[in-house]
Amino acid sequence: MSRRAHISQKIAFSLLFLSTVFVVIPVVAILVFIVKNGVGAISWEFLTSYPRAGMKQGGIFPAIVGTFYLVFGAIAVSLPIGVLAAIYLNEYAKDTLLTRTIKLAIVNLAGVPSVVYGLFGLGLFVVFLKFGTSIVAGSLTLAIMGLPVIITTSKEALSSVPKQFREVSLSLGATRWQTVRHVVLPNAISGILTGAILSIARAAGEAAPILFTVAAFYLPKLPRSVFDQAMALPYHLYIISTQIPNISKQTQYGTALVLVGLVFILNLVAIVIRSRFRKKKKW
Amino acid sequence: MDRTLRRTKEFIVEGLIFLSGITSILFVVLIFVFLLKEGLSLFKEYPAGQFLFGTGWYPISEPPRFGIVPLVCGSLIVTVGAIMIAVPVSVAAALYISELAPVKIKDFLKAGIEMLAAIPSVVLGFIGMVTLVPFVRSFFHIPTGLTALSGSIMLAFMAMPTIITIAEDAINAVPKPYKEGALALGATRWQMMYKIVLVAASPGIIAAIMLGIGRVIGETMAVMMITGNSAVIPHSFLQPVRTMTATIASEMGETVYGSEHYFALFALGIVLFIITFIINFIADLFLHRKKI
Repeated sequence: MSRRAHISQKIAFSLLFLSTVFVVIPVVAILVFIVKNGVGAISWEFLTSYPRAGMKQGGIFPAIVGTFYLVFGAIAVSLPIGVLAAIYLNEYAKDTLLTRTIKLAIVNLAGVPSVVYGLFGLGLFVVFLKFGTSIVAGSLTLAIMGLPVIITTSKEALSSVPKQFREVSLSLGATRWQTVRHVVLPNAISGILTGAILSIARAAGEAAPILFTVAAFYLPKLPRSVFDQAMALPYHLYIISTQIPNISKQTQYGTALVLVGLVFILNLVAIVIRSRFRKKKKW
Repeated sequence: MDRTLRRTKEFIVEGLIFLSGITSILFVVLIFVFLLKEGLSLFKEYPAGQFLFGTGWYPISEPPRFGIVPLVCGSLIVTVGAIMIAVPVSVAAALYISELAPVKIKDFLKAGIEMLAAIPSVVLGFIGMVTLVPFVRSFFHIPTGLTALSGSIMLAFMAMPTIITIAEDAINAVPKPYKEGALALGATRWQMMYKIVLVAASPGIIAAIMLGIGRVIGETMAVMMITGNSAVIPHSFLQPVRTMTATIASEMGETVYGSEHYFALFALGIVLFIITFIINFIADLFLHRKKI
């Protein structure tokens, strides 16, 4: 190896390393920054009381509750459809024009901007189906947005189940569906769960799709039916950081911390499930 | 009896599976139909030419003007800036992670990148507002830090996870004999990486960049919070701009259902949908070319 080549390799490798650090350091910095500034705001009262005095005092309870409603409404719709769609693609579909169209549609659903989902939810659920600005409209919008993630991760989980498992089951006289139900699905369940949790985490942090479909600036009481509006954490953070002058920094950081904490805990759970699944893999 | 019951059950279940399978197509079509249904209503009264090529976006003046050129330029400048920052860094990081990093550090780095992808955009927007925006203002001595530059920097970090993950997959997929061949011929590892690995992985890397662009152009909340929301055609990165996404998000709340303004925002949604559709389609072409 010539000296020059050696030196340029050293320089190049250092640059590659620095670039990687440049990506990862801000993540750590952002986390530390939010935790350091926000942890002072977190108290039982902050988590369980209503905003007061034009959002400047009090807590974020209704926003937390609203986000839970929205997210669970969304996953209740998108998980069954997504898993069934993945089963179709992985276990039933042949390489036809229809299958390729479905795959292209999934790629495009994944690429549609979140605010366009918001417009779609407004046009279809709020106006056309007359649900009004409501939890059901917001949940359905978030559900459709979450579908590509669930389909892709579930399909990956299904396709990692070895072919021989299916062949043995089929050769013992089981039908296609029995094979899927009793052999393939149980072996893919951790992967599917991981995808579902990641999709919940993503839905919990999205503000754009719920802007016009459900989000309320302020509500004096909790929603009582799925046709009520709701407050939501990401939208609340947006409101208090842009629309309300002279609000205390601590309230803003505290809200950001709760949101990030929620999303990160969900992600951690997904990562743990995935790594345990990899270790336990029997094939 | 038992058998027919089971057959019927299976028939129903498999029917449901098929229906779920095609829902993705249904939803793409529904999204497009509803955008068109509301958006095209604008052109009954407002000429499409003035919408596409008009240089003024004044939705509440009398008469209103809905020229989207400033908004498209806003999205463009922010995207170009973000991609210029994100691409070199991401490709370098992908190379480092897949070719150089020791196994333990690799897992740590990948977890870090997943975390970056997981931070909600409204949180990144908030962080940008309290840290980056004041910094940009004082560093360049300009009246406001809410500029295209701030947006570009923040968006670069949102594009990086997408680009790194997909570029890394592409780099990992380069066949080992290619690398071994290069090394056997006396190339250094670095020469092997940039002359063989990068070239062989280039379709995948292009796809990664396209998906990164798609991510950035569609990003809404962070952009709305830190780019200053001023609908003028930008001349520099140190100027407030307004993107297509931010326009929809910030104005839809104030419109009356069925008004021209309401339809105009849907029409803007159509433009956005078509742009991202094309970008994703191109990315998909490159991704599938990779697997020869």
